[in-house]
Amino acid sequence: MKNKLKPTHYFEKDISNCGLTGLISKTGQLVEGSVIIKSITLMHDRGNGLGGGFAAYGIYPEYKDFFALHLMYENGQALQLTEEYLENNFFIEQGEDIPTRRISAINNPPVFKRYFVKPMQNAEYDDAIECKKITDEDEVVNHVMRINNEIEGAFVVSSGKNMGAFKGVGYPEELAEFFRLEEYKGYIWTGHNRFPTNTPGWWGGAHPFTLLDWSIVHNGEISSYGINKRYLEMYGYLCTMLTDTEVVAYMLDLLIRKHGLTPELASLALAPPFWDTIDALPREERELLTAIRQVYGSALLNGPFAILFASNKGLIGLNDRVKLRPLVCAEKGDCVYMASEEAAIREICPSPERVWAPRGGEPVIAMLNQGVN
Amino acid sequence: MKINAKGVYYRDLNQRIREAVAAGAEKIELTNVNGQYYIGDGINRPVTITIHGVPGNDLAAFMNGATIVVKDNGQDNIGNTMNAGKVVVHGHAGDVLGYGMRGGKLHILKDVGYRVGIHMKSFRENRPVLIAGGNAGDFFGEYMAGGVLILLGMFSDNPDKPKHGFRFGTGMHGGVIYVRGPVDESKLAREVGVFEPTAEDRKELEEYLKDYCKDFKLDLNDVLKEKFVKIIPKSTRPYGNMYCTMPR
Repeated sequence: MKNKLKPTHYFEKDISNCGLTGLISKTGQLVEGSVIIKSITLMHDRGNGLGGGFAAYGIYPEYKDFFALHLMYENGQALQLTEEYLENNFFIEQGEDIPTRRISAINNPPVFKRYFVKPMQNAEYDDAIECKKITDEDEVVNHVMRINNEIEGAFVVSSGKNMGAFKGVGYPEELAEFFRLEEYKGYIWTGHNRFPTNTPGWWGGAHPFTLLDWSIVHNGEISSYGINKRYLEMYGYLCTMLTDTEVVAYMLDLLIRKHGLTPELASLALAPPFWDTIDALPREERELLTAIRQVYGSALLNGPFAILFASNKGLIGLNDRVKLRPLVCAEKGDCVYMASEEAAIREICPSPERVWAPRGGEPVIAMLNQGVN
Repeated sequence: MKINAKGVYYRDLNQRIREAVAAGAEKIELTNVNGQYYIGDGINRPVTITIHGVPGNDLAAFMNGATIVVKDNGQDNIGNTMNAGKVVVHGHAGDVLGYGMRGGKLHILKDVGYRVGIHMKSFRENRPVLIAGGNAGDFFGEYMAGGVLILLGMFSDNPDKPKHGFRFGTGMHGGVIYVRGPVDESKLAREVGVFEPTAEDRKELEEYLKDYCKDFKLDLNDVLKEKFVKIIPKSTRPYGNMYCTMPR
């Protein structure tokens, strides 16, 4: 009898590996959502349909003085409890559904709502502001942590002013259609196509991860997650999204907003040079980097990563120190582009004035011009 | 034969290329390429594929005798495990070029990224050659086991950047690297040493550069104006004693 050999496994290679893209108009010109959709869609095959998302800045000019809370609810009770919580703690200028479109690719989405709010000015608030030197931003961070932690099934997707994150389970172009992203215009956009490796592909686990107006999209894995998470917990940041990338958003809030580091120094804390490189530097630089590594040892991100982080002020791209994930940047006019593949940039900017690949640990910083916004 | 690749999914594009090759095409011109993966992979015939636009990752992987000319920039992983043939890129290219390359040539006009020439190898007449005309990132020639890597540092879009990065030649245990002008010895891995090319080396180098200059219409004399240095491994087994002393 002939023994017919069967293949032991499916030989076709799965080429997924996460994709990210971002752009900024440094003069604050508003760019249509369709542009970032086109860019991330070119890298469709870098994801596997288990996560996609976008962050957009400048999309809510009519409410720009209010914190825009994007909320995701897994059930009716979460919605009810959260709305009670918001009413007790915030002045709500406007609350509404985030417009979505019913499409066949997106199954059983949670409910999405947004609220334009300011912290409630009661006696407790006055005390916090005057005696504890707490800012509105601190108040919002506090409430975001409490909602994420204490209300089962409710998650804050984003909480900054004049910005928002849109994310979920699906390919990014499907989520863009679901969230009607083509209807928004922003001066900074980031997009992400997810290939979850060691954490679940769920709606809250899609990128970007956010806090206030910080948003992060990430390709890679942060193996120092445990150290980073415990360090952040000392400062009241609680990780609830089951995914490593979350720590980056909170770390930037801590380093830049709370500790007053410049984006350059914060990037150096996340991806500092190796000790042998530091030792070879001139005295002043050596002392600075030694201090950063000593003070922020627990902020160091270990493992391979390419990240884009954005805020209302700008867009920054950063690689791990040995560049184990791709990142390409380009410039044309007042626009700066950053993506996992050059083709994703060329899809929306066919002839850039300059295209380059930043070196590992070397942040690419593209801030809005002085006086814009 | 001409194929307009605008918006064509990579699988469909590669299928059309393979069909054209099978039908005996000698020249294939691809226009409006942008990001399609795997172009030219595993092609066994001496066909010439000219690409207008930026081809996607893993260009010319396992390629066996074809020629690919990219008129624009390239991305990551070009020439992975390539056997024979040639890839010419008239711009810059990304990371991990020539991974495990076993033969053929990879000519890049401008800058290259990280880990270029990683684990290139050679056997008898199969000797891969990778020439980069601009600057290179860290880990140039990492784990290199054979073949020839040449770095010119001449045609960079980022002339303010150093010619080569850190950890140059980490784990290198075979093959040879030539660099035009001096190298920064503080950035070399401890596995490698810097030497003067011999007369025989210079002859070989000139042959490779002549072909490179022909591809990009460059003047060979310009390239040869500066002295080259030769970097080779100090040991063929750099990690032999890493975990335990090897029995003799």
